Amino acid sequence: MPLDLIDSPDFDAGYREGLWTLNFGPQHPATHTTLRLVLKLDGEMVVEAEPDIGFLHSGFEKLAEVLDYNQYVTIVDRMNYISPMANEIAWHHAVEGLLGIELTPRCKYIRTIFAELMRIHDHLLCTGTCVLDLGGATAFMYAFNEREKIYEICERASGQRFHTSYTRVGGLLYDVTDDWVAMVRDFCKTFPRAYRDFAGLVMKNRIFVERTRDVGVLSQADAIAGGATGPVARASGVERDLRRDEPYLAYNDLDFDVCCAQGGDCYARFQVRMMEMLESVKIIEQAINKLPSGPVFISGTGKEGLPDKTEVYRSIEGLIHHFENIMPNRQMPSPKESYYGATESPNGELGYYIVSDGDFKAYRARTRPPSLLHFSLFSRMIRGCMLSDVAAVLGSINIIAAELDR
Amino acid sequence: MSEFTKLKESLESKLPGLVTAWSEFRSQQRVAVPASHIAQALGVLRDAGMDQLVDITAVDMLEYPGATDRFEVVYLLLDTQSGQRLIVKTHINEPDLKLPSACPIWFGADWLEREVYDMFGIVFEGHPNFKRLLLPDAFESFPLRKDYPVKGRGERHNFPIITRAES
Repeated sequence: MPLDLIDSPDFDAGYREGLWTLNFGPQHPATHTTLRLVLKLDGEMVVEAEPDIGFLHSGFEKLAEVLDYNQYVTIVDRMNYISPMANEIAWHHAVEGLLGIELTPRCKYIRTIFAELMRIHDHLLCTGTCVLDLGGATAFMYAFNEREKIYEICERASGQRFHTSYTRVGGLLYDVTDDWVAMVRDFCKTFPRAYRDFAGLVMKNRIFVERTRDVGVLSQADAIAGGATGPVARASGVERDLRRDEPYLAYNDLDFDVCCAQGGDCYARFQVRMMEMLESVKIIEQAINKLPSGPVFISGTGKEGLPDKTEVYRSIEGLIHHFENIMPNRQMPSPKESYYGATESPNGELGYYIVSDGDFKAYRARTRPPSLLHFSLFSRMIRGCMLSDVAAVLGSINIIAAELDR
Repeated sequence: MSEFTKLKESLESKLPGLVTAWSEFRSQQRVAVPASHIAQALGVLRDAGMDQLVDITAVDMLEYPGATDRFEVVYLLLDTQSGQRLIVKTHINEPDLKLPSACPIWFGADWLEREVYDMFGIVFEGHPNFKRLLLPDAFESFPLRKDYPVKGRGERHNFPIITRAES
């Protein structure tokens, strides 16, 4: 039954009662994490889809009100755990905006490199599992092979593969070493080859293209009014990228293109993510060649930045400095203001709206999760598609339930 | 004339005398609008080019030093053409925790308003599908209010368990 006929007001009222209701999830392999869809089907066609979320709600925003700006970083990297460091960078970007801290050049470049590594990390998972859900297990393995290398780069810098908790207000947990630089250079060298293998398996694969082209279309007007950002919006022809439009970190010094596509279907979103991975490698190569020397923390003695760990353990001044920064009654005061800081995370605009009452912890810290806005558009995208397209559309918008529910 | 001046003029000319509380912090523009005129103000701003609603959130000002109103509802707006941002704030108090829904203006407000209700208990009138978003429908409190304890009120332990025989 065509959709415009169903939507017309004088259509048979009994039709909707005859629809078949299907529960998709919460434990379905294509949902990746825990979310549920209630689908109303006419044969195989989806007439209505109502998402039901909240299974992973963990009260992260409440925790932001009891943990200080440095402690909460351990929580934010559990939001979008597919690209943990992108969350940390976004969180401290907002906090530093509130406190008015200008980072050192070396810290900016290291964070930029990590932000782009995380973009590749996230896009590899999204594109890889999108293909996996549509039946292509080989390409998925190629993508995960490369993700493993990024985990190793994270581990070398922070000591943790997954939940790195690497950024601090005004700096980073540790400075990076020369062998980390070599690892990143090596990754930039080997990644394009692995990318070609991966793209060759998928981009012109007839089964994949036919299952994604013209499926789950999001128009440009809907993308803007619905709050879509990042690759989802850019695939619908919204030419907007915070890295270019509101440059932060070192993006002003680096040369890169904003990847857009027309069409707004699953294939366009897939294409945008694939193109962005190559742009990210380009950014990383430039940044690693320009990587400045110098400290990663903003100052040696002020309350803004933590002291170097060797200072803390080897000298009384360093220990006092550490104490002054860590004890709740001695920490740096923050302005009694509110501030919204946003970054271009792999999934879209990830922002934090922080309200401060003067302490070194947030009075309220709101996360603006891109997944939430994208998933709210899902019922528009899926209308009129087939049941088998649900997996394709879900895979293409990259819903991370931990970020969705927080 | 900058984008911001245009916005400011259009808002002040359409709602004369009501929109005066403009402020700026680290080059972020903010404006406070009375709750009675928030729908009109948002409509004017949309027509003036703010085509994307980035986020809606709320802050419970119960323990905020010097605050006079209980809740602050915050709308983050963006013009995707020029990149101009504007933060619109409005203040409401108990017992009248009601605001008009922004769904007719930007349909993306749908889940954002439901989440604000879920966490703060602020009702958005005229919303097409108004109910809790994240928490279960049977949940009675609004957890992001400042008078709700971080450890909860025991909901997690006293949740009704449905046995297989009852289901």
